[in-house]
Formats: sequence, C-alpha cells, structure tokens
Amino acid sequence: MKRYRHAASGILVPLAALAFWQLLSSMGWVNATILPSPMRVLIKWWAYLRPLEVFDPAQGSYLKWCFSGELIQDALGSLYRVLVGFFIGGGLALPLGLAMGYSRVMYGLFNPLIQVLRPIPPIAYIPLSILWFGLGNPPAVFLISIGAFFPVLMNTVAGVQNVDSIYLRVGRNLGASRLTQFTRIILPAATPYIFTGARIGMGTAFIVVIVSEMIAVNNGLGYRILEAREYLWSDKIIAGMFTIGLLGLGIDTLMSGLSSYLLKWHRGLEQG
Amino acid sequence: MTESSHISIQGVHKVFQSGGQDVYALKAIDLDITRGEFVCLLGPSGCGKSTLLNAVAGFSLPSSGAITVEGSTITEPGPDRGMVFQEYALFPWMTVEQNIAFGLQIKKVAKTTIQAKVDELLVLLNLQDFRRRYPKDLSGGMRQRVAIARVLAIDSPIMLMDEPFGALDALTRRTLQDELLRLWTELKKTILFVTHSIEEALYLADRTVVMTYRPGTIKCDLAIDLPRPRDVSSPAFNALKKELSQLLMEEQDRHQQDEFRGAAVD
Repeated sequence: MKRYRHAASGILVPLAALAFWQLLSSMGWVNATILPSPMRVLIKWWAYLRPLEVFDPAQGSYLKWCFSGELIQDALGSLYRVLVGFFIGGGLALPLGLAMGYSRVMYGLFNPLIQVLRPIPPIAYIPLSILWFGLGNPPAVFLISIGAFFPVLMNTVAGVQNVDSIYLRVGRNLGASRLTQFTRIILPAATPYIFTGARIGMGTAFIVVIVSEMIAVNNGLGYRILEAREYLWSDKIIAGMFTIGLLGLGIDTLMSGLSSYLLKWHRGLEQG
Repeated sequence: MTESSHISIQGVHKVFQSGGQDVYALKAIDLDITRGEFVCLLGPSGCGKSTLLNAVAGFSLPSSGAITVEGSTITEPGPDRGMVFQEYALFPWMTVEQNIAFGLQIKKVAKTTIQAKVDELLVLLNLQDFRRRYPKDLSGGMRQRVAIARVLAIDSPIMLMDEPFGALDALTRRTLQDELLRLWTELKKTILFVTHSIEEALYLADRTVVMTYRPGTIKCDLAIDLPRPRDVSSPAFNALKKELSQLLMEEQDRHQQDEFRGAAVD
C-alpha cells in the first residue's frame, strides 16, 4: 500500500509538468516550431517508432519487420556503439586498474600520465578521432571507450587500494598464496567499487555516444535529433531526446539490478 | 626452552620509532607455553599484548630475540597458528560455509573431505541453520563462532585469539567462553588469548600473564588452579580477581598518566 502511494506521488510532478507544457501550447503562448505540444511529440514518436513499410512476407520475418522502424534501428545503433565502446574501454581499464591498485610500482609508473589525460573530456578527442579513424563507427567507438575507460580505471584502483588489510592478514594466516590472495580476497573485496565504476562508465558512454553520433555517423539517436534540427522537426527532436533518456534509464536500472544481485553480500548497497 | 614447550618466546624485544625515539613495545619477553595450555595475556591498552600475539602469529616479527613453535623459528604467518580477531574479519562475500571452507580450499583438500569437515564444524558450533547466510546477516556472537570454525577447519594446533569476545555483550560472551572451553578440552589446542578483562582471564586460563605498560614486560605469570567450571562468585575466584586487579591498576595508572602527559603536550 505504502509502495503504491509512493509511486503515485512520484508521478505527480511529471504530470504537472506535462499539463503545464500542454497549456503553453494550447493557449498559443509559444511558437509550435519552437516547442510543439506533448500530443504532437507523442504522435511523432509513434510515427518514428512504427515500421516504415507495409508488412511484406517476401522481405523477411514478421519480427524483423517489427524492428524495422527508424527509432528502433537508431536505438539499436546507439546501443551497439555504447556496448562495444564500453567493453573496449572498460576491458582495458580493468586489468590496468587492478595492476595499479595492487602494485605501487605500477601505480607510480602510470598514475602521472593518467592524471594528465583524465581531465580531457572525450569530446576534445573528436578532431583526432576523425583524423585517426575517419568516419563511421570506429571514431565513435573510440570516443565512447575513452569515456568509459577513466571511471572504470579510477574506481578499480580505489577498490583494490581500499581492501581492508585485515582480510589480507586472514588470508596470510590461513596460508593463502599471493595468487590466491589476489583472486579470492582482493578481487571480490574490490567488486563494489568496480561495479560503481562500471555504472558511471556506462553513463559516460551513453553521453558520449550521442555526441559522437552528431559528428561521425549517419544513424543513431544522436544523429537523428541533429538531422531533425536541420528540418526544424522539433517534435522529432524531443521524441528522440526522451528516447535517449528512457534508454539511459533502462541501462542504468539493468546495471544496478545486476550489481544488487551479484553484491547481495554487500552491506552498504546503494539504492536506485 | 623446556622439552614440552609448544611455543617458546626467548628474549623478545619489539622497538618502534616514534618521533625519532625508540619506543619499546616489548622488552625482554621470555615465555614458554606448554602443549595444550590455555594462556591469557592480560594488560591495559598499550601494554604490547597484541604486539606479542602478532609476533607469534608472524604478522610483525620481533626486533630481536626469537619465537619458536615446536623448535622452529617463526618467520611468517602460517596455518599452524590460526588467528581469531576481535573484529571477526569474516570475508563478507562468502557465506558461512564458504568462509569455513576457505582455509581447506587453499590447502587443496578434496571437495568431499572439505564438505564433511564443514558439516562437522557447523554442528560443533551450532551454525547448521546459518550455513548459507552472509556475515552481514549474522549477530556478533554468530560471526565469532564462524571465525572460530574457520580456524578449527585448518586444524592448527595453536589458536591465537585477539580479544575475540571484546565486542560482545556479557551474556553472549559467557556463552562463547563456555563453548571455547568445551572445544579446547575436546580438541586439545594450545591457546594464547589476549584480553583486558580480568574476569575473562580468570574464567578461561590455566595461566594468566600480566603485562606492564610501556615498555611491555611480563609483570607476573600466575597459574590459575581453580577447578573448572569456575564459579565467578566463589571466594577463591574473587581473591584472585582482587590480586590481579591491583596489579593491573598500577599499570593502568601509568597508562593514564602517559595519556594526560600526551594531552598536555598537545
């Protein structure tokens, strides 16, 4: 009962915002090109989502047809880049972070360079990424992996460095080798940090994908909202933006669900 | 070193550097512990009793002197000297049974043997209903049972215990003290047990070693000859308690003065 009341109060503000927006449009207070009404956005959204062609069995299966809408193709394109970029960036950051956290020598060697590179926003790499990788997916994936790399790296380093030394003492007391200490104590003890890093990295990847699609590729949600601007389709811009928001929320919920499941032993599990 | 001594501590010094000065945490400690003996180290905080325990455990080696177990000098921590910590130190990502099994898995013991051993220990420590719980879902007393089971699993002949019941409430503490005595009688371990509670030392130990506050030396080494189970309200128990209490208060006073002096300097 309490949960429902909580959920009900959670939709109050969005509903009020929507009503206010509809009021602005209905009363003609704003130019419809600048801010279309919620209804128009919704209609455009549906048109954007729907398959463009009539179903034709000769063209392939029904399922394929269902996914042939422009919005779904765009979302899948963006998601593909996010995932590839995230796994490349995070996949490089994880071993480096483990090594830097574990070994003072590695930390001393790599940290200065990392500290110089880390404050450079991925967007600043756009010119170089085009020079190096041309157009298409490669520069986009490059930018996204840079975006995902640093959060995963920094959190992994912190996670390993913050392993409570008493666990290591227990390990030594029970006769664990260095390798066993690493795989069975340090690694699991650091996972809460690593997951936090992955979640932040995924968030950054999602921001970067939109930007990268505005410069290097010709599909994806970022490309689509920029294209819609060329034609002054503000309803499509907004529909695209909400899609980006919902997709981001979906990914984050998935990540947090996964980490709650895998870290069910953890005491201070962050909520939401 | 006598023939029968299990742990032998000979002329052990432990020096720390503090503000350019040598601070003796331990000074000229000589102590022999017989196989199967239950020895308590008693003293105020800062008397070096935990330092001594850590030296026996091999976590921090003495600056000079030697500690030998069954004749061989200690150079590093090892599973022949299982340690139980005050803060339990269970691995939070492992369930109760995984925590208990960990030491055996390291030794690469066969899976079926591990399972049998874990089952046996769960029964021995009344943990059967908690085997798949994570430490965060256990009370302090339950956690300490798991920590004890974890050490028993590797079957170390020596158990080192660093104020293991210090964080528990009085009733849970008494229950665990009784269980520890039962296990000790049954399994014939040599136990070196650090505490600052006089009553705990008198209730548990064959021998209580009182340590002085800085430098840590042995002030007195007292055999407790009371029959078990000990009655904490008996006159004999309370006579010993009074005696130890006086010894301990002298050291506590020095500790106190030192702290006040430190505060004045600050």
